[in-house]
Formats: sequence, C-alpha cells, structure tokens
Amino acid sequence: MKKPNILVFSGYGLNCEEETKFAFEKAGGAADIVHINDLIEGLVSIGNYQILAFPGGFAYGDDTGSGNAYANKLKNHLWKDIVKFISQGGLIIGICNGFQILVNLGLLPALNKKYGERQVALLHNSSARYIDRWVDLKVENKSPWLVGINKLSAPISHGEGRLYVSEEVLKQLKEKSLIALRYFKGEVCNYQNLESNPNGSIDNIAGLSDETGRILGLMPHPDRALFFTQLPNWPLLKEKLKREQKPLFPEGQGLQIFKNGVNYFANIKEGLSKNEIFSSLPVTNSH
Amino acid sequence: MIVRVEVTSKIIDSRAEVLKNKIKGLGFRNRIRDVKIADVYTLEKTFTKKQLEKITQAVTNPVSQQSYTKFDSKSNNIEKFLPVEKGFTLAIEVGFLPGVTDNVGATTKEIIEDLLKLKFKRTEGVYSSQLIFILGNLSKMDAVNIAESLVNPLIQRIHVKSFDEFMTSHGMDLVVPKVKIDKKPAVLEVDLDVDDDELIMIGKQGIMDPNGIRRGPLALDLSYMRAIQRYFQKIGRKPTDVEIESIAQTWSEHCKHTVFSDRIDDIKEGLFKAYIRKATEKIRKQKSAKGRWSSGRDYCVSVFGDNSGGIEFDENYLVTHKVETHNTPSALDPFGGSITGIVGVNRDTIGFGLGAKPIANVYGFCLADPRDSELLYKGPHYTQKMLSPRRIMEGVIAGVNAGGNQSGIPTPHGFLYFDHRYKGKPLVFVGTIGLIPKSDNSRILYEKKAQVGDYIVMIGGRVGIDGVHGATFSSEALDSGSPVTAVQIGDPITQKKFSDAIVKEARDLNLYNSITDNGAGGLSCSVAEMAKESNGCKVYLDKVPLKYPNLSPWQTWISESQERMTLSVPKNKWKKCLNLMRRRGIEATVIGKFNDSGKCQVYYKSKIVMDIDLEFLHGGLPKRPMLTSFTKPAHIEPEIPQLSNLSEILEEMLQRLNLTSFEFVSTQYDHEVQSNSVIKPLQGRGRVNGDAVIIKPLITSNKGLVITSGLYPTYSDIDTYYMAAASIDTAIRNAVVAGANPNSLAILDNFCWASSNELEMLGQLKKAAQACYDFATAYKTPFISGKDSMFNDFKGFDEHGNRIKVSIPPTLLISAIGTIDDITKSVSIDLKLPGDLVYILGDTKEELGGSEYYAYWGDKFKKRYIGNTVPITTAAKNLKLYHKYFICVGKELISSAIGIGRGGLGVALAKKSISGLVGLDINLKELADNNKRDDFALFSESQGRIIVSIAPQNKEKFERLMKGCSHTLIGVVREDNKFTVKGKKGNMIINTDAMHLLKNYKKTFKNY
Repeated sequence: MKKPNILVFSGYGLNCEEETKFAFEKAGGAADIVHINDLIEGLVSIGNYQILAFPGGFAYGDDTGSGNAYANKLKNHLWKDIVKFISQGGLIIGICNGFQILVNLGLLPALNKKYGERQVALLHNSSARYIDRWVDLKVENKSPWLVGINKLSAPISHGEGRLYVSEEVLKQLKEKSLIALRYFKGEVCNYQNLESNPNGSIDNIAGLSDETGRILGLMPHPDRALFFTQLPNWPLLKEKLKREQKPLFPEGQGLQIFKNGVNYFANIKEGLSKNEIFSSLPVTNSH
Repeated sequence: MIVRVEVTSKIIDSRAEVLKNKIKGLGFRNRIRDVKIADVYTLEKTFTKKQLEKITQAVTNPVSQQSYTKFDSKSNNIEKFLPVEKGFTLAIEVGFLPGVTDNVGATTKEIIEDLLKLKFKRTEGVYSSQLIFILGNLSKMDAVNIAESLVNPLIQRIHVKSFDEFMTSHGMDLVVPKVKIDKKPAVLEVDLDVDDDELIMIGKQGIMDPNGIRRGPLALDLSYMRAIQRYFQKIGRKPTDVEIESIAQTWSEHCKHTVFSDRIDDIKEGLFKAYIRKATEKIRKQKSAKGRWSSGRDYCVSVFGDNSGGIEFDENYLVTHKVETHNTPSALDPFGGSITGIVGVNRDTIGFGLGAKPIANVYGFCLADPRDSELLYKGPHYTQKMLSPRRIMEGVIAGVNAGGNQSGIPTPHGFLYFDHRYKGKPLVFVGTIGLIPKSDNSRILYEKKAQVGDYIVMIGGRVGIDGVHGATFSSEALDSGSPVTAVQIGDPITQKKFSDAIVKEARDLNLYNSITDNGAGGLSCSVAEMAKESNGCKVYLDKVPLKYPNLSPWQTWISESQERMTLSVPKNKWKKCLNLMRRRGIEATVIGKFNDSGKCQVYYKSKIVMDIDLEFLHGGLPKRPMLTSFTKPAHIEPEIPQLSNLSEILEEMLQRLNLTSFEFVSTQYDHEVQSNSVIKPLQGRGRVNGDAVIIKPLITSNKGLVITSGLYPTYSDIDTYYMAAASIDTAIRNAVVAGANPNSLAILDNFCWASSNELEMLGQLKKAAQACYDFATAYKTPFISGKDSMFNDFKGFDEHGNRIKVSIPPTLLISAIGTIDDITKSVSIDLKLPGDLVYILGDTKEELGGSEYYAYWGDKFKKRYIGNTVPITTAAKNLKLYHKYFICVGKELISSAIGIGRGGLGVALAKKSISGLVGLDINLKELADNNKRDDFALFSESQGRIIVSIAPQNKEKFERLMKGCSHTLIGVVREDNKFTVKGKKGNMIINTDAMHLLKNYKKTFKNY
C-alpha cells in the first residue's frame, strides 16, 4: 500500500511543523514540510498530496488577529488549489494556529458548503492571557479524523482560543453535528483540579469539522500528546503501573488522530469507495 | 493621503474586560462603568475607495468586529463608529513614538502589499495604535493618569480626548509617527590632541556634535582614551567619529569583560582565566584521561570560544547553552528589555557553530517587591520617574512571554527572586539551549571560519537609531544621562523567519562559512569579530538597508537594531543564498567582503571612514590592574522567638515571594512546543513549581536533558565564597535529583555585580570566582559559558527628592544542564502513594545565615535579619551522596525527590505534600543535625540535602545502597491529607493539611 502524502505548511511564524510531520510519519504517512512561498511560486503543488496539515504556531505574531494574515495570504494565492483539493476528497487538519487559519480562511465550519466565508471566530482567551495547560476532550462527531476515539487529553497553548459564534450559527453547528470536540472535566482536569474549559470557549467547543467531516480544526495539540511521558501525571501513572508490574503505555493519546488521517486513505485503497466511507458518516447525510 | 482604519469588537472583548478591571484596580473602582478597545491602523498612502474597502475587510473579522474608516481630517459619520450605545467619557489613544518597532504596523503593511499586489514607497507606511474608550465618572486629568499607568513614555505616545472634543473634532487626530532626520549624514573628525579633561569628557559623555551636544556615553576611561590618542598619533591622522564609536563598542565592559580579564591583585591572568576557564581545563584533563567512551569522559566540545557553550549530547549531537542578562534596558522599558533579551540570546544559539536550533529557553527575574509603591526618580526635582516594581515585574514577564512564545521555543524553566535592592535595576536573566548535529557529510558543524573573499551578508531586520549606544550604556550605572535610544522592542517573527531559514535549510545546504549574531555593538562588533577569522574586512556602510533615511555612518555601524545576523557567504553561493532568503521573506544584503588585510576598513559613499588595524581594535585596550580588599562582615545574630506551634509559620513561609508559587508565569510561557516536554515546570496534582525540568531534545530518542539553576544573593551579605558554593551545589543537586547523571553535567556562570570599581566589591567578586574554581573542580563539573554584568547600580532620587544609590546584592546565577539516558527514569517531586517512606539524605546543620527564615522574622519586626552562619557546602561529601542517589535512580527505587533549598526542610516537605496532594507524618527525632531548636531544623538551608520517597518494599535495597552516606527515615505518606510534624522531643509542632498548605502556597500571586 502506498503511504498517503501529507503536506505540512510552514513559514511566517508557524512553528509546530516538525512535530506534526513526525506524528504523521509515526502514523505511517509520508509527510513533507513545505513553505507557503514555495507553493505560491509553484515549486511544490498541492495536487501531489492527500492531506493538508496546518500546524500550530504564531503566524505573523498574531498581528491583526491570530491566523488572519496567513489566511489572507492563502486566499490571495492558493485559494483555487485549496478548493480543488477539497472537492477531490482530500483531508485537512488545522491545529491551534492552524485551526485559527482555517477559521479565518472560511474552511471551517463552512456551513452550507460556503467555503471561504468566515462564520465563527477564535478570540482572546477570557483571561486575555496566553495559557499553556492540559485539557480533556470529548469527541462529539464522526469526523474521519476522530474515528475510534471517545475522549483524549492533550495540551493547549494559545492566547486566542475562545470560540465565538452567533446563536444562530451555534444552532446550525449542533444540528449538523459540526462540533467535533468539547472540553470536559476528565482525567487530567481531575488530577490537577483544573476547570474543564480553559479559555471561555462558547459551549465548551474545542474543535470543529466541516460538513464532510474531512476538515478538522482544534485548539488542543495532539502533536504534543504523542508519548506517555508527555502526560502531566505520567510519573504517578508510571509508579502505579510499575507496582502493579504492568508496562508503561506505548504511546500518547494524540497519535490516533494522525493514524486516522493516514488510515482513511488505506481504507479507500482496501476497496471501500470514497462514497461509501463518506456516506457512513452522519455529518455528510445531513444534506 | 492619510487614512485611519478603526476596528472594534461587536461582542464582549476579553481584552477590554481585563483592562477595565486593571483600571479599576488603579483606584477608580467605583467610577468606571465600561471600557472598549479599538485597534487602529493609520495608513499613509493613497488608495482608491475600493482598495480601502478591501483593506478594511482584510483586517476586520466580520464575525466579531466592525470597522470604520476615516479619511484625512473630515469625518463622515461618527455615530456609526461609537462603540457603546451609551457613548463614552474619554478616549485615550496609545501609539508608538517614531522609530519604535511596530510589528502590527509592519504585518498590516505586508497584508496590504500582498492583497493589492503593490509596494509601499519608503516615504509611505502603516502605523498601529490602540484606542481605549472609557465610560465613567472621570476628568480628563484622570484619563492622563490612567494612560500614564498603562504606557511607557520612552516608547509610547498618548493622546486623550473628552467625549465633546472627540465629537467636535470628528474623532481622534491623524497621527503619523514617522522618523524624520533632517540632518544630512556626515562623518566628523574627532580631535584627540586635547588635554586629559577633554579626553575624560569624550570618554564619559561622548563625542560633541557640531550643535554642541554630546552624543552619549562611550564608557571609555582616561587610560583607554590615551591609548586611542597614541594610536592615532602613531599613524599620523585624526580619528573619525566612526572609529571612536567603533572602538568604544569593541572595548566596552559589555563586550570585553575587562573586570574578569584584567589583572586583579596578584592574579595576573585575571579572574576568568585563573578561576573559571582553569577549572574547566583541569576537569577536562582529568576526564580525558578516562578515554573517549568511558563513564565520566570529557564531553566538552566547544567551550568559551563561541556564542554559546557546547557539550556532547549523544553520539551525533551537541547541546549548547548560553545565559545572558538584559538588566539596564529592562529598567527603562521592561517589556522591550526582556523581549530583546530573550530573542537576543536565541541568536547566541543560532550563532553557535554554523547554527544550532533553539530547543528551550530559561529565564530568571530578580525584582523588587511588586507591592512596594514608593517611587524612584532618575532626575532631581521629581523628574524622570522610574517605573514601579509592579510595572517592571509585569513588563519583564510579558517580554519573555512574547519573545519565547512567538518564536516557537519552549520556555520551561525559570525563577522569580525578590529583594528590595533590585528596585533600581532589575536583573533579567534569559538563556537558550540549542541542538546541533556534530557534522554533516562534509563538515564539522560546530566550527566556522570566514574565508578571504567571502561576502559579508547582513540578514534580518533593517537598521535604525534604536539601540545606539546599547553596549557602552549597559557598561555604566543607570542615571539621568542614560540614552533613551538604547530602548528597543523585539520583532520575534522576523527572527523566526531567518532562524528557520538558517537552522533548517541554509546550514545544511552549505551556503555560508561563518555566522554570528548582531547583538551588542551591532555590525561594528559582529563584522569585526568575524574579520578575525579571515584577518580583515572591507565594509560599505551605504549598502546597509536602513529603516529610514539619513542615519549617520557611525549610527549605522554601531546600531543594535534587533533581529539581524551576519553571514560570511562564498561568492559562488551568494545567488543561491539570496534566492532562499527571498523565498523565506527575509531581507539579505551584501555589505562588504572579508579579506586578509589585517585591517577593519569601512567606507561610506566611496570615502574611507574607518581604517584600523584589527590587532589594535581587538587587542589595543590597555590593561587596568585592579586591587581588592575584603572585610568580613559581622551581623547581629537575630533573636528569633521560639514558638511551640510552627503550623502558621510554615504557612506564612509558603506565602513569601521567594518561596511561593509563580504558576501564573509558568502557564503563560509555552513549555510544550516542539513536543519535547518530559518533566514540566509545574509538577504533580498541586502544580508546584519544581527546581528542574526535563526535555527530550530529539523527538526520536528517549534520552533527556535536565535543566536547573541555583542563586542565593542574600548569602552574599555574609560571604560571597559560600554564596557561590551554594549556588553551584544547588544547580548540580537539583539536576541530579531529577535524574541527571552526575558525570554528565555542565554549568554556566552569570555574575551580576554592583560598583565593580570599588575595592570591597572586587574583593567579594574575587572570593566568589575562587569558589567557582574550587567547587567546579570538586564536583568535576565544567563551566562551559558565562556572561557578566558588573555595574548594576541606580543613581537617582527617592520619593522625598533625596539623592540615593541603590546597588544590587552580589548575585551569581549558576545554570546547569545534564543528561538522563532514559527519560522514563525521570524523578518528579510529588509524593506518589500512601505508605511510601520518606527519607532525608544529607545533614542538617544550624545554618540560617541569610536564610528565608531569618528574613521572615526580620520582615515581621521591620528589620533586616541576616545572621552569620551561612550554609557551608561540603563538596566531596555531597558528591559521594549524589553518586549513590544516582545509582538508586538507575534502579528505579526513587518514587519522588526534591532538593532542599531556600526555605529549608519545612518548605521542601510542604512542596512535596502539596504537589502530591497527600498527607505526611514526619518525625524530626532521628534527624542528623546539630540544631537545638525545631524551627532551626525545619528552616536551616544547609546544602547537599535531598528528600526522597520510596515504596516500602524497596526499604532494604535503598538503605543498603545508601550506606556510607547520611540517610534518615523521617516519615511516611498518609492515606489522607493531614500534614503533621513531630519535633525532636516528640511533641507535635506542625498540624495542618495539604489543601491548606496549597492555599497558602498559591495565595500571594493569586490575582497576577
């Protein structure tokens, strides 16, 4: 089976491209880090990839709003390529700053397939301060990126992660099941006695997908939850496992998201047509 | 045409809400009803209406924002813009002063250029500002007061309008803070055939411009001025201003570290060579004898010579470390000082060898109590007010936040330390750890050499007058003459762009032969430094890209405008290099050529303006032998009340600034980016600030790097020798406690001293340096890099207008790194499971001199309690203990551990209990000590001690392995939360619980 090709964006202050590439490769994919200017100059083509990943970072220093300037650049130069990529069934993921970019670019949530229209906003945290901590996430829809995951813990690290939507849009997000991930009080929050919602996000929303489910954006970093030793409570867990003479967990909970992205294409190759996979997802049945 | 685009929030704006609470806290609690913020972009360029619509859309989020555009001075529709239905009382606009780095403005310009496919001319621009609308019962004077508490007049401008003024003048004014230098650039000849008084004046206050005003400090004393005089007499011409300014930069204390390199008493080679470097040489020799792959071998690879120190991490990689200080700039503009500090030290990593990748930042802030509201002034008659300790604290914290977070470098380790003597000059320590492969196919990557014929290439930001005289200025005490142009703001994204291009692309494409940072002294230092490698250079200053026209050649040459590096690029690689930089959005310019002329020659518009022998430039500074004296201080032994119940004392100790949680700092610094965190800054259930962090430098390997530090300024009040010893022991111990191999450690020294021209201060310095030699060699732990800052004095006026001098206590930061072969064996501080046994390793002596406990009682009685019994570090004994402990770590016998440091055993036990959120039963009866009192036993700061907890089934094994070293079973982990301590006589002295301790531990900075 040929490994799917993953394009990990870089440049202008994006900074999680290396760990994102690592995660996709650990999951079995073949990932390239590509500077946005090399795409604009035509040195690399989006058409050669099955997955686009917008990693975390601080593109343009968050000036004029996080993700805004990078999204503008994509819109000015690569919009046609991206639309084509979506229509051909590719997968897209945006993590943290990548999520902010997708939202500003109008790829998420893209209600009623209005790709390119900004429908939600990611604003300054309610503390108006950058925050790095772990959160617990509950999976709320059936985006192919989240298959087989019920909940997971991962860190957030952002200044502008408070999702805001109008009531009308929120209603539609719920109806169409586009809320992919919600913050909840799980293992880590209980362990460290932290509030479940770290930034004041409306309805505890941590991640969204589009109506096909193939585009996922999330504030938390699964790329920073790849190893057992990244969990905040790993020393305690280790001590318990050791005394029960059990092995340590082989990997972090975040890796499954990258595996899902990679395996999605393997499933297609294994005989299921694209339509079969998509039609098995409620998110695509709604229209 | 000038246009204002004003963008405001349609919905609740958390920035405005937080600002509202902040203003309320300034004493306007009941008078503020509402606060709104608008982001303003002032465009100076002609656009069509359609273009303006597009621009407005590009900077407005339609979901949450609305915008209003104002052309020139006429307004169409004010009502449409009003952010609140109820209106507002006052509008305060905050913008930058001309020439101050405006990142938002620069990004917006880039957005517009990309959007409309056009280019701004050099006379056109975009400027950002923020407009704050306040609704409340306020006068215009109140608004000025509010604004003053929010802005820094050295870098920002404010403009206040009342509602009525705003309405009648149709909004705020159109302000374009553009730098205009009318004076044509010129080169002056400087007459040095003058008497000593004039030489002294030039050295102290600078070269006199034709208008009769002196340019600001050169920090050249008479002996230096005479040496320059003689040189130019010898070559038979007058120097230019470019030459004098350039020499002043190169010879500055900041760059040459003369206090550490000149003769001191009978130590001819100076303190650095005699103590710091010699220690490393001795240790390396001992370790080399063991053979290359033996345990405890020599792992130093590139020490003292480069921008950072580099040691072997594994077979293929080096790790580098460098810690800098940025004290003087941070006193004037805390945010700017600290952000340029952190991004500046990042460049010491990028500039190591052919370019190391920054993988972790560290920080340390020595500050005055943020609750201290008494003012200081730099000038007489209540002029040049200093910022308050709270403002300084918030600013320096925010600077590392912006610099570290935006650069995508984790900032996991750091500390805050408080003493009233840091009020005039805060200390801002910033450091960066890097990673670099030892070699690629063809080259060794940790070595570099500019070749004859290579182009001198400047990459990154442009040059302005910001940061002129930074190096010479930080070599002087801070007083009313300090130049404001020394203040700079960082631009982390510009740096991030070239950092990525260098470390992730250009280095591995072999596009350059050498690289160095443009830091202190700007081009004058970086180019002249690299010129040593080829033995000469020729620079054309008119090729240097400028931020605005009409900079004088001397300013261009020495400006410290941030985010620049200098590369040495072979002619045949230049095209490829330029193309790569262009594609990464980085400006790169050839500004000259390296040669082997033996000279540093600088041209401006085809005229030679500097022509100096490199030998003189680098080696011509005369030695200034120093003498020292030392008087052993004798302090009154404080009388400490003896209480039978110490619960409340422990709780209050946990609230002390130097012991309390600074979680609010740890969580606002991204410590997980690069996916390399293992032991995080906050540990356990109770999220306690640990003394060590562990990262995993290579994503594909389980080998870890431990990062720690040690610092005890109050011990300097008694004895700087044992101050240094304790700092070294603490940094080493905390690394070993977390799991580092004691045979793998390396340390860095950062001396921050005051009045280093006084005999006594030099005497104290000498003792501390001697301790560095003694203890580094005793612990077999080499120094690999260091930096010093010798004049941390404030000369000014207090709030009664009286002249005062505030000098910092002699401060030495020791930073340590070490490796751990398997990160799953890392040891965290939190107690794990009920029934676990708690041991103390090492002896507790009655050593409370300079302790937090004495200071605690001193504060209670409004006195300074120092005492005399400073902790005496016994290296050989401690080292033996650390090696035995390390064996236990290898066998995974240690469930948790913490080093005992500031606050002693009592505070360490409390932190263990808080972090695990489990109770403890402790009994001091068997404690190995000579303390007569329980409180002394609990709060003595004797070095070399560790508290560990182990699973009960490992008791025998553990005790067997620890045989021959002091180890005492002192307690057990409880099922519940209760925290009890029994004294030496068996009586209960502390009876509280973990939750209660946690509350006290988090109380002090709860609302920060």
